[in-house]
Amino acid sequence: MAESVHLLACAIEEPNDSRRHSLMVRITHWVHTLAFFGLLVSGIAILLAHPRLYWGETGSLGTTSLLDLPISFKLGHSGWGRYLHFLSAWLCVLTGLLYVLSGIFIGHFRKDLLPAKSDLAWSTILRTVSRSFQRRGFNKQEFFAYNWIQRLAYLSVIFVLFPLVIVTGLAMSPAITSVIPAIVTIFGGQQSARTVHFVVSILLVLFLFVHVVMICFSGFITRMRAMISGKVIADKSTTVRTRPWERT
Amino acid sequence: MSSNLSRRELITTGLAGAAGAVGLGAAYRLADQYGLIPPDHGSLYGIGETLTYASQRVLMSHHSLSREFNRSEISKAFPINGPPPEDETYERLLGDNFFNWRLVVGGLVSRPGSFSLSQLKAWPSRSQITLHACEEGWSCIAEWTGVPLSYLLNAVGIHPPAKYVVFFPFDGSWDSLDMADAWHPQTLLAYGMNGEDVSVPHGAPIRLRVARQLGYKSVKYLSHIVVTDTLKNIGRGLGSISPEIGYSWYAGI
Repeated sequence: MAESVHLLACAIEEPNDSRRHSLMVRITHWVHTLAFFGLLVSGIAILLAHPRLYWGETGSLGTTSLLDLPISFKLGHSGWGRYLHFLSAWLCVLTGLLYVLSGIFIGHFRKDLLPAKSDLAWSTILRTVSRSFQRRGFNKQEFFAYNWIQRLAYLSVIFVLFPLVIVTGLAMSPAITSVIPAIVTIFGGQQSARTVHFVVSILLVLFLFVHVVMICFSGFITRMRAMISGKVIADKSTTVRTRPWERT
Repeated sequence: MSSNLSRRELITTGLAGAAGAVGLGAAYRLADQYGLIPPDHGSLYGIGETLTYASQRVLMSHHSLSREFNRSEISKAFPINGPPPEDETYERLLGDNFFNWRLVVGGLVSRPGSFSLSQLKAWPSRSQITLHACEEGWSCIAEWTGVPLSYLLNAVGIHPPAKYVVFFPFDGSWDSLDMADAWHPQTLLAYGMNGEDVSVPHGAPIRLRVARQLGYKSVKYLSHIVVTDTLKNIGRGLGSISPEIGYSWYAGI
């Protein structure tokens, strides 16, 4: 065990090595993919039973809603939906904990995700932004590491959106709120927590969408190989990032 | 990575796996002994249910109180799910305004008995304004008045091996609570709602109120109560009719 942890640490310390993702990141990534898919499917099943959102403690048919989703009420799916939602939530939370704790231990966040000081210089920021808008693709350095926009996106998903979606989920539990009432009162009530849970879920799905689109743009096979085997093959980078509308 | 996988590592992994399986088996037996395994644990989904139920029962105080609200927060509308029981006995009892209705209590108790509505109303009562969260997603606030279930349990005298209290209404369904929620001070046999008698659509003459679980655990139209040490021989043995139609037994979520 100590040996493999040492190996993982080595992989991260050498940014020019062909190793891209540590074993822990790869395992938790794919388990998490499974859990997120389960949460998404079951979340939709639960939402279909009452596709209206409210603000405050209460809300039901016959009261004013905040948002009526343009889908019809469809009962009969929230039973298995809930079963699957909590099974997936446990998988998501336990894997997430493993990822965050090991990430702190092996320096994953510090080395791979926290923006470097030089990244925060105005010139770098402007360059990355303008390159993103020009759709010029990724430079060679970005093939082995994330740029600061990607780093901030990942960090906010890991440390803002996921904690928020978990807390608002717990805030809807009548058992949990009997022990920690503040978990629901800070959101303004049971229905507010439900609405925030919905909005954060949508943001997570948007992130997933952009994440997958970026992978397709930067070379689907290479990126998939990087997340499965942990390695990127550097000499392929030039061919991979050439896209039809790009002429350099 | 595969080239680094030596025989020693394979053996270590195998041993760790075997130890894990034995450990899980031991953990399951220990958890079962302490009543941390829900009756509907036996499917793939049951793993999630067991984790939720066990962690909440271990980490939470058994008597943590649900939030209570002010009168001004009581909801004007309170949706009703499902029609009243189409049961001859129920309709006959409703006909004389539940004068002949009796709550029959039996099972692992010292003094089995049956109690009339006026007897229950003469007992010490509790009123609470609590949130009713439906598993569909909506929620309402109402005031409930009734006898704490704990008072009834003390009155009939519970035998020590008792683990569950089972509730049978007139509509053919059934449900059960573990002792933590059965003894909970906010678990009521409610006969009053918002200052009036509980109406037929809301579960007359008596409905259960379980403040720390989703609305469907608050069984309407109560007929009889059985105290038991096992749920295996009731229905399909899943703790309530809910898992039989796809909903979890424990709804503290």
